[in-house]
Amino acid sequence: MNLEYTFKVEGGNFSKAGVASSDVKKVLKKLNVGPKTIRRIVVSLYEAEINIIAHAYRGEILVKISENKVETTLKDSGPGIEDINKAMEEGYSTASPEVREMGFGAGMGLSNMNKNTDKLEITSEVGVGTTVKLMNWI
Amino acid sequence: MASISIGTIAELTSAKVVCGNKGKSCLVEKAFSSDLMSDVLRLESENLLLITGLANLQAVRTAEMADISYILFVRGKQATPEMVALAKENGITILETGYSLYKTSGILYSAGLKPVF
Repeated sequence: MNLEYTFKVEGGNFSKAGVASSDVKKVLKKLNVGPKTIRRIVVSLYEAEINIIAHAYRGEILVKISENKVETTLKDSGPGIEDINKAMEEGYSTASPEVREMGFGAGMGLSNMNKNTDKLEITSEVGVGTTVKLMNWI
Repeated sequence: MASISIGTIAELTSAKVVCGNKGKSCLVEKAFSSDLMSDVLRLESENLLLITGLANLQAVRTAEMADISYILFVRGKQATPEMVALAKENGITILETGYSLYKTSGILYSAGLKPVF
């Protein structure tokens, strides 16, 4: 089994936030993946999706589902992250007041992604963008 | 473990059930009160009632991702038709009360609804 899905994400458009995560959840349910594993995968994907909307101009999500794992790559064009280690710290955030009004931007997203993935890789170039890779065994 | 039906929760908080299941068989064991979805996404509990004053689409999306089946909006906040549609699609029950977050949480805590932590 090798399934691939791509989604476009528009920076700042909160009305579409979660569309990719929701579609992936439906696919994983159909594949009879355990509910706890699905929850970890979609929570981390949702956090990453929100991050593109909150911080970047635009991005693309590529989800690859195989027999034993789900690998997701989220690549955005945006300001990038200056200090990834600092961004991983709980409570550290550069989110705008608008993002905070939506119930996010508390500086918990990256650590929650780390908690809910089996492997998390973040690479970023300031002024260019950020690429986040999430991997979970299923 | 003690659990409370959605019907009883609606009665105790003078809430309206906007969509979803309100039957006596719909039982909730725990609740979490927060306007911060970042914190809600960190929870690991199931069969949870989310009590929030953040009435936007992201509250419903967060519930969908976190497998939360019940949302109670407080402070007279109302779910938009878009939020109701998303909730229905995902089998999420929505309630609305005019009570504050503090009052709602206090009433339900006294009635035996357990905190997450």
